[in-house]
Amino acid sequence: MNDMTGQTLVEVKDLERYFDVSPPFLNRVIERTGKIYVKAVDGIDFEINRGETFSLVGESGCGKSTVGHLLVGLYAPTRGKIRFEGVPLGGENERRKNIDIQSRMQMIFQDPYASLNPRWRVSKIISEPMRIHKHTDDKSRFQALVEELLAQVGLAPEDGEKYPHEFSGGQRQRISIARALAGKPEFIVCDEPTSALDVSVQAQILNLMKDLQRRLGLTYLFISHDLAVVYHISTSVGVMYLGRLVEWSDKKTLFNAPRHPYTRMLLDAIPDLSMTGRRRTPVAGEVPSPINPPSGCAFHPRCPFADSRCKTERPNLIATGKTHVACHAVEEDRI
Amino acid sequence: MPGNSRSPLLEVKNLKIEFPTRRGTLVAVDDISLHIDAGEVLGVVGESGAGKSLTGMSIIGLLEPPGRIAAGQILLEGRRIDNLSYEMMRKIRGKDIGAIFQDPLTSLNPLFQVGDQLVETIRTHLDLTEAQARKRAIDLFKEVGIPSAEERIDHYPHQFSGGMRQRVVIALALCAEPRLIIADEPTTALDVSIQAQIIELLKRLCREHNNAVMLITHDMGVIAETADRVAVMYAGRIAEIGSAENVILRANHPYTHGLMNSIPAIGHDVEALVQIDGAMPRLTEIPSGCSFNPRCPQSFERCLAERPDLMPVGKSQVACWLFDHDQKEVAVGE
Amino acid sequence: MVAVYPGWGELSMVKVLAHSMDGLKRALDSDIFYSFTRSPVVVAAAIVAVVYISASLMAPWVAPHLVFDVKTLNLMDAFTPPAWYADGNMSFLLGTDDQGRDILSTILFGSRVSLLVGFASILLSMVIGVGLGLISGYVGGRVDSFIMRVADIQLAFPAILIALLFNGLARGFLPQGMHEEAALYVLVMAIGLARWVQFARTVRSSTMVEKNKEYVKAARVIGRHPAAIMIQHVLPNVSGPVLVIATISLAIAIILEATLSFLGVGVPATQPSLGTLIRIGNNYLLSGEWWMTLFPSAALIILVLSINLLGDWLRDALNPKLR
Repeated sequence: MNDMTGQTLVEVKDLERYFDVSPPFLNRVIERTGKIYVKAVDGIDFEINRGETFSLVGESGCGKSTVGHLLVGLYAPTRGKIRFEGVPLGGENERRKNIDIQSRMQMIFQDPYASLNPRWRVSKIISEPMRIHKHTDDKSRFQALVEELLAQVGLAPEDGEKYPHEFSGGQRQRISIARALAGKPEFIVCDEPTSALDVSVQAQILNLMKDLQRRLGLTYLFISHDLAVVYHISTSVGVMYLGRLVEWSDKKTLFNAPRHPYTRMLLDAIPDLSMTGRRRTPVAGEVPSPINPPSGCAFHPRCPFADSRCKTERPNLIATGKTHVACHAVEEDRI
Repeated sequence: MPGNSRSPLLEVKNLKIEFPTRRGTLVAVDDISLHIDAGEVLGVVGESGAGKSLTGMSIIGLLEPPGRIAAGQILLEGRRIDNLSYEMMRKIRGKDIGAIFQDPLTSLNPLFQVGDQLVETIRTHLDLTEAQARKRAIDLFKEVGIPSAEERIDHYPHQFSGGMRQRVVIALALCAEPRLIIADEPTTALDVSIQAQIIELLKRLCREHNNAVMLITHDMGVIAETADRVAVMYAGRIAEIGSAENVILRANHPYTHGLMNSIPAIGHDVEALVQIDGAMPRLTEIPSGCSFNPRCPQSFERCLAERPDLMPVGKSQVACWLFDHDQKEVAVGE
Repeated sequence: MVAVYPGWGELSMVKVLAHSMDGLKRALDSDIFYSFTRSPVVVAAAIVAVVYISASLMAPWVAPHLVFDVKTLNLMDAFTPPAWYADGNMSFLLGTDDQGRDILSTILFGSRVSLLVGFASILLSMVIGVGLGLISGYVGGRVDSFIMRVADIQLAFPAILIALLFNGLARGFLPQGMHEEAALYVLVMAIGLARWVQFARTVRSSTMVEKNKEYVKAARVIGRHPAAIMIQHVLPNVSGPVLVIATISLAIAIILEATLSFLGVGVPATQPSLGTLIRIGNNYLLSGEWWMTLFPSAALIILVLSINLLGDWLRDALNPKLR
């Protein structure tokens, strides 16, 4: 077992990412509207320890996917810092130059049908990181390495000769995982990797991912909207709402003793498979548009505990007990 | 209360849906039978490719060619509807059978105000004046929980959020007072918190209007919350059908059993989830005998040779040779 | 399988052969080929096109007479009508022109020039158009806006005008003596530059779609250079429509070349194309020697029509897959 487990691998501070969705210049001049920004990620701090799975949970538009993209360099941060083993990371061009750091992280995507180049054979897809990261200069080794990886993810060596369209959704995700492993990464961002899969296939993929983590000492950032999956696979969990982190703690604490009102409502809204007859309390209202988030605490329009401070002042993420929560009511011990 | 002694609202008998291709005919739905009583919710559950959507589409008469109903009957209140002409089916669609589809974005015409779409549907099926129809539309909006109904009736679809749009779609499905609603993955595209709202709404409306609902989904959680009875489909056949409680908590068929156990649950701490190896077979590669046999941990020789029909097990019906009481050795499933 | 290239590895030769046989088998088995065999018009068009094109490309070996070798010509043969006339001659199947050249042979040789110019200019258009389309779609932003504005401006001008413009400029710049030699190159460039926009636009929109797909993101995470991503990842996935446009553009290029040659600013007189033949024959149309212009015109129509039909079919056949 890797004796470096427990050390901080990834650190994120004050991370922000804004997207400019302004209408074209001419329109802005004629209609006299200013520039419009979507604050997809609006100031986030967290740390991920080596060997662990940190999950980011939230509903659509909360920015969790954007955080994943930021960590691997698909977007550059508008503000804030991302550190990998203490080394600050930049945008895409910079990372291409520091390929030895970039090669230690990888990403798995949600859509198994768009994640693989339909015109490439599977062996070419899987060997791409090997060729770029030059872990071995011996090209004849590639074939053997590809077959090893295929076996590791539960596929046959002959599958290397086939094209992606010959595989099912679950099998394609396995190929994506094999590709991610080919560069011998230490850190993998998993962006809703099982959301598009059937339940029984999801179980296979989750088991595979856990197994690989154990054997290879991987660290995961797992992005999902499915709280049950998150419960099963995480070490620690962060809950996001409208680009902000509202609660962050280890799994057990978050699920057994959630503090933030949004986390509590989210957990309440999950369907009850054990059919204990518990009636769900539906959350009031819907997620507001990220273009114009509410002032102060972004959750206040839907929060039963909101007061005047919540409407004006944005809460910071504060460590209380075993968790971190961004909520005035929690800070003031009102709930 | 579902399941009264009157004849069922919807009856599907030995339905078979085929797709002729140049490589041969593929059977997508193979001899399934089910029924729904007035006022009950039947959940049709299965993974992708099981044939559940096709079943729903064939009931509404929206099966896309070259797919076609090759055998069987569909009866609505005792009358056959699977062999009707396009015109006749059009009258039934909307009036007797309403539909809710997965994607609220494409279910509504983006170019027309939602009020116009509702009024159009109402007046097609009910004999009301423009003003009466509009009033009815506003009432429906209030019923499905859309705030400021009088104002929003004149808005366009893009002015509604996802959850609100789905409410509009539900209003559209209900406006001609159908007795049966086919809902195909109505909450899949929605966030969890909105899902809860929509499910609550559907349940309330069914109670109040005494509709029957066929709820097609792959989400077991939604089924657990909403359905009275459940049919589990696998590779075009029904594997198990019974009350929701029995099927979910006391599953008989090995597939249902495996399916239930492979779903992660909060509070359920396991190192590895129970997994069913392999995947649902493609239409071109359906195994002979019981189509689940290659993946079944309890299959034996008979499973490879003969295909089981539904047989009674307790209060459910299960298509599995493990439960054939005529067998000399009865292998009891867990 | 014998290793043809010692040291290359027999295994790789076998693999290449196996891959191509496999590819051929898949192509013959595919839905596209099936729809091809189902349409008699398209099959006929394909046969005509293949026969015509092969015959004219191999003109020096296939034509009955080597008409552009001055020594073989005999002015006494001039103005012979087609063979089925009383005063016709079997060795001159379609008659002769004003210099005694066999029309059939001139058509074959002329088509050869037309086809070569057509293919070459399409190739040029493709390289420019696909390249600019890829860059425009992938990089986006100001680069995209600039390239598209240039494309829009160019579309405002008819292709003939652009070709003429380029032609005139080239002639202006080149010293007098070089005109003849450079004429073909100038012509290819003129037509090539006139037709790149269609390719660029289609490739640009396809690229914009592909750019957002996860496999491109995966390549970026691996750390691939944008140029490598454009060429190795995106290009194979956007080239479907390119084939369709190329086929139809070929027909248009041939007509464009014929028009320019007809106007006298195309191919040099020493290498006449179909357009030149039509022009020459035009002079004698009203004086009774109709065959000199009719047959080259008919040949041009047949060539362009068969290519067009093939292109139409290809577009429809590829369409569901392009979704």
